[in-house]
Amino acid sequence: MDVLTLSRLQFAVATYFHFLFVPLTLGLSLLVAIMETMYVKTGDEEYKRITKFWGKLFLINFAIGIVTGITLEFQFGTNWSRYSVFMGDIFGSLLAIEATLAFFMESTFIAVWVFGWERLSKKMHAAAIWIVFIGSNISAFWILTANAWMQHPVGYSLNNGRAELASFLDVITNPYAFLKFFHQLPAAYTVGGFFVMGISAWHILRKSNVDFFKKSFRLAAAFTFIFAVVVVITGHLSGEEVAKYQPAKLAAMESLWNTEKPAGMSLLVIPDPANERNSVELLKIPKLLSLISHFSTTAEVKGLKAFPKDERPPVTPVFFAFRIMVGIGFLMILLAFFAWRWQDKIENYPKFMKILIWAIPLPYLAIELGWTVAEVGRQPWIVYGLMKTSHAVSTAINTPQVATSLIAFTLVYTLLGIADFYLLFTFARKGPKEN
Amino acid sequence: MLNITWFILWGLLWAVYFMLDGFDLGLGALMPLYAKNDTEKRMIFNAMGPFWDGNEVWLITAGGVTFAAFPKTYAVMFSTLYTPLLMILFALILRGVAFEFRSKIENPGWRKIWDWCLIVGSFFPALLFGVAFANIFKGIPFDVQGMFHGNLFTLLNPYGLAGGLFFLFFFFMHGALWASVKTTGMPAERAKNAASKLWIIVLILAVIFLIYSKFATSLYNNYMAHPIMFIIPLIAVIALIMVRIFISKSDWWKAWFASCVTIVAVTYFGLGGIFPNLYPSSLDPAASLNIYNSASTQGTLKIMFVVVLLCIPFVIAYQTWHYITLRHPVNEDIIHDDEAY
Repeated sequence: MDVLTLSRLQFAVATYFHFLFVPLTLGLSLLVAIMETMYVKTGDEEYKRITKFWGKLFLINFAIGIVTGITLEFQFGTNWSRYSVFMGDIFGSLLAIEATLAFFMESTFIAVWVFGWERLSKKMHAAAIWIVFIGSNISAFWILTANAWMQHPVGYSLNNGRAELASFLDVITNPYAFLKFFHQLPAAYTVGGFFVMGISAWHILRKSNVDFFKKSFRLAAAFTFIFAVVVVITGHLSGEEVAKYQPAKLAAMESLWNTEKPAGMSLLVIPDPANERNSVELLKIPKLLSLISHFSTTAEVKGLKAFPKDERPPVTPVFFAFRIMVGIGFLMILLAFFAWRWQDKIENYPKFMKILIWAIPLPYLAIELGWTVAEVGRQPWIVYGLMKTSHAVSTAINTPQVATSLIAFTLVYTLLGIADFYLLFTFARKGPKEN
Repeated sequence: MLNITWFILWGLLWAVYFMLDGFDLGLGALMPLYAKNDTEKRMIFNAMGPFWDGNEVWLITAGGVTFAAFPKTYAVMFSTLYTPLLMILFALILRGVAFEFRSKIENPGWRKIWDWCLIVGSFFPALLFGVAFANIFKGIPFDVQGMFHGNLFTLLNPYGLAGGLFFLFFFFMHGALWASVKTTGMPAERAKNAASKLWIIVLILAVIFLIYSKFATSLYNNYMAHPIMFIIPLIAVIALIMVRIFISKSDWWKAWFASCVTIVAVTYFGLGGIFPNLYPSSLDPAASLNIYNSASTQGTLKIMFVVVLLCIPFVIAYQTWHYITLRHPVNEDIIHDDEAY
């Protein structure tokens, strides 16, 4: 394999792995902040125990998110140096702002929160976890703005062989970023929600600390339902954005080969990229794709064949990632709806609780698939329409170097992942500390 | 002017990074010297526990700011230093996780694994940052295309190693001083004892490094041209002497502060020598990346300057508050604390 392929694989490993931990950080920090606020407001010691129990799981997860984040920043320079030169003027500043504005805040106040139980007033202590939550969301805003620029570059001009900043305002008000933010964050909150509901259900089923976990469950149920609905709505709006700015990605997401006007959508499809067609295409609903992508029953939707072969994303992974993500999205609404409806008598629904335990990985899976759609769907471009991924890779590195680091990443990350999930399982099962 | 300001800020981020992470790298690497049993080890972990993460963000910011202000330097530096940088990265990953994971499980084997992650993961960054920066002072073998003509062993030349050892032992001493103020009992005693011995080694290595720099690099050219700049190494020397004075007075906090000042001054001494270069090439002066030919546009530099001007004072304020709030020395009771590492 060449440096390009290896570097892409390494970036994929680093990103997918990092993103197993970040969503829970985002989601659970909000829930823990709410829990501690309940404690401050009511003075009920049970809420303090709840905060501490979920807080411990939060911290185990948080550590890996932090350390694997450094990899992502380093990699733009180590493996994608031509990309860094080409768009450092814009992309670099967004990363630097993320660090100055968010990372310091997160890292400092999480330590204050962990070690400050005895040293700060109750309110100040609760404020610390809110600041961590705000910090991690600010961080998400800047990194998504940076990513949105790669999807839909705005506010730049091409000079001196690179993309130079023309309007900072345009860059930070990129509509693409806005929708990504309101799609990605609620998605992360549902990860936190299903995590709390699933673990609570496990304990309620075993009749351990029932009151404690019913309280936790109730905090998470409505929360999860609301955000599960928001995810689907903003996901739909993001789709419209893709249709406008990245028609090739849309065509791959739907495995649409020929341009149609209006375009229909088949419920059952198996793509056959070798022959530029679908080997299975059943249950076609006319006009549906035009309707959901352009909100019109007559709009034209471009098919993959409308694009040169070397400008089409890989169809099969993008198509399936998208379909499965959407399926999970609707399933999550359904599950969260019943969780919310039955939250006060959840112990009467043991079968449903078992489903909720197994539902913990669902939002994780949806998020990873969502990234697949966004990133693989953008190929062959690293910056849509401006720079191809193959032109972005570093020239100063060689195959043995990258092969070694890829193996090392895979190995180290696998071991860390195992250790982390082992700890999460252990502490989740153990339940809260006795009074 | 803006480019020069950014050079100073860029240097500041690296200097503060070395000043802060320096003590927890140095302390982590020498943990077995100060801690002989599990309780003492936990004291050491908790002496660094609330700070290592915030300290490391200075590195992330230094990297991010290099990317933002001098993208070409960022690109060429990170890709030509691929192997050492990734070694640092893996080390930082493993030691970071060690903090969170180590004491969660009461199994000696488990704890031993994470102890080693801390030790090795602290040792290598301390050494490699020194090797990397010494090589930067000397010039890195890359051409106009940004192609690297060398390998990891090219960097392990005598001058690079002299820089590496200087950094390593400086961080050892800095960490020993931190353990002196942040722990109690035997670990503090051992650390205090070690600090005064380490100081002599640091002094010797500093002298070697300063003299060696005269022959291996052109760092002194800027100083000869502008003798006023000698004030920077002078501050470093005075601060290093102050470290010794405060050690002999058992005034450990002040000794640690003096050590902080020395690190900042040493960093600026080197960077002052390569100015206006950021990443000099040893092969071809035309390939060297400086604050003009590798910079972002003036617009980006201005916006980033405003961001930094607005944010960094706040960061310094709340990190200082954080250090003050959690400055209390760690004692043996820490192991009964539910939140402790």
